[in-house]
Amino acid sequence: MRELRYIEAFNEAIHSEMAKDPRIVVFGEDVRLAIRGFMKGILGRFGPDRIHDTPISEAGFTGLATGAAMAGMRPIIEYQIPTLIYVAFDQLVNQAQKLRYMMGGQGKIPVTYIVPAGARRGLAGQHSDHPYSPLIQMGMKVVVPSTPCDAKGLLTTAIREDDPVAVFAPVSLLGVKGPVPEDDYVTPLGQADVKREGTDVTVVAVGALVPEALACAKILARENISMEVVDPRTLLPLDREAILASVRKTGRVVIFDDSNRCCGFAAEVSAVIAEEAWNALRGPIRRLTRADVPVPFSMPIETYVLPSSDRLLTECRALLGRA
Amino acid sequence: MDQQQLTALYRTMRLIRRFDQRIEDLVNRNEVAGSTHEYVGQEAVATGVCHALLPDDVITSTHRGHGHILAKGGDPRRVTAELMGKITGYNRGRGGSMHIADLSLGIYGANGMVGAGVPIACGAAFAAKYAKNGRVAAAFFGDGGINQGVVLESLNLAATWGLPVIFVCENNMYAATTPLRETVAIERLADRASGYGMPGVSVDGMDVLAVYQATVRAAQRARAGQGPTLLECKTYRYGGHFTAEKSRGFKYRTDEEMADWRRRDPLVTYGAWLLREGICDPQIVDAEVEAVLDDAVAFARASALPKPEEALDGMYAVTYPGLPARGWL
Repeated sequence: MRELRYIEAFNEAIHSEMAKDPRIVVFGEDVRLAIRGFMKGILGRFGPDRIHDTPISEAGFTGLATGAAMAGMRPIIEYQIPTLIYVAFDQLVNQAQKLRYMMGGQGKIPVTYIVPAGARRGLAGQHSDHPYSPLIQMGMKVVVPSTPCDAKGLLTTAIREDDPVAVFAPVSLLGVKGPVPEDDYVTPLGQADVKREGTDVTVVAVGALVPEALACAKILARENISMEVVDPRTLLPLDREAILASVRKTGRVVIFDDSNRCCGFAAEVSAVIAEEAWNALRGPIRRLTRADVPVPFSMPIETYVLPSSDRLLTECRALLGRA
Repeated sequence: MDQQQLTALYRTMRLIRRFDQRIEDLVNRNEVAGSTHEYVGQEAVATGVCHALLPDDVITSTHRGHGHILAKGGDPRRVTAELMGKITGYNRGRGGSMHIADLSLGIYGANGMVGAGVPIACGAAFAAKYAKNGRVAAAFFGDGGINQGVVLESLNLAATWGLPVIFVCENNMYAATTPLRETVAIERLADRASGYGMPGVSVDGMDVLAVYQATVRAAQRARAGQGPTLLECKTYRYGGHFTAEKSRGFKYRTDEEMADWRRRDPLVTYGAWLLREGICDPQIVDAEVEAVLDDAVAFARASALPKPEEALDGMYAVTYPGLPARGWL
């Protein structure tokens, strides 16, 4: 299969969906010049009616997309940094996500929110969050593709979904290459992917931490520790069965998630396992997340607060009594 | 306007007034849960604006929304049923007073967050411009809402992109209990329009014909591709910010001020004019409206409450196992 970079797979999905469906339009800041690359070639191919640079008014253009969706369009919003969703939070969770339910099931609000996620190093506390847990708590569908193939498949699904979907694209993965199918390709929501099979310990890894977990699995294999890496891919809906099946097999689990700890995604996965697979556990459920401080700027303190491969290796060895 | 249209304006105002007066009674008798925000006093605004719109045009409404919904063609039966939490209500009992919506009538929802419907109206206007279907959207908000960031962002977006929107600012001079002079440093809210590059028009919101005519002009402009208008309608609410306010005895308006505005009552002045001109007899319309409301209340009372398990329906257009998460295993 031909190989594409993650960003190219993303871009291919947008081109392909926009070519099929004239109801798709793009809103965002500096999207026409594709400042981040997601929208490369969109202006030239589809023209200025289909892609709109907005004023710096995140709440305003997020609400505008909701109204356009209620009127039959299928907008895509690209936020330039993940924390912009805080500025638009009422419009995202109190409006776009709630309105269909609150209107008694009337209408559809098919909006795709592209959120470039997380720290490319040295961006400090207001550019480095992975704020998917607050969206999940409010019921918004959230996906975090970790490979170019999933990037194409999940973004295509998100654009075609008749509900709001947030797509978090880890910035550190945008340049990574991998095989991507050339033809129409979708990855269904609610289906996790076992990225590596193993028997001793399950690592539930999210986004940019999936390749890190896979690298750790190779190191531990040399120590006769067999790691299974489960990539949930879609955080809501969550493929609980895939996670539970893996934990029932290995009896040990580390949730490896680069987002905030308290009431975060890792806490939810941990609770699901504790509620439903407690009798298969051979050790405590471990969460390896960020520290709940704003990500600091200077490298040693930044590195210290983020979940790392070294800590994952330590956690896995400890669970197997190899500390 | 012909005789029928002139009479229709009165009928809508009377319907709104009596609807909200009856709802106030139903709240006080605990037949409507919680509290509502009555529109009494402001009827000429919703009526003048919505009668100047076409059936396919879109509105977004506010927490004080019953008047907008009824004026845009909302069925009094289904509005009353929603307020009583019945399954026959517009939102199947999900929303109540502050959230009534009927997308088929272009009512993109009342809204519980001040100003939050305004960008949604801009989105509907964007879709209309994109589809070149000639529709316009009217966004209602108050003198409180005009200080909300998302409203100001929307004014700028709509002016810059030339969206077919009418921004209807119902200036009743109080953001809940805080007077306008303490929240805004200018005299005329319509003056804000020039800062965004659109016309700002200030009209007497107690005069239904003035509101109607101003809206017709704004809608013509919008349909002709000339962009949005900010329409300030100076009006007054007779009651409190919410139903229960009366019992709290808050005193933030003088008796003289309240009496002055009541002397300009839109139903009394317009009704007297209709009679004087021989256009219609308002008393006959009043009786017709009572019959409509009797029927609406009877319909709502006779309707069923939702079944408890229906609380989990309709959250998503596309559902998956485990969604929405229940609060128990």
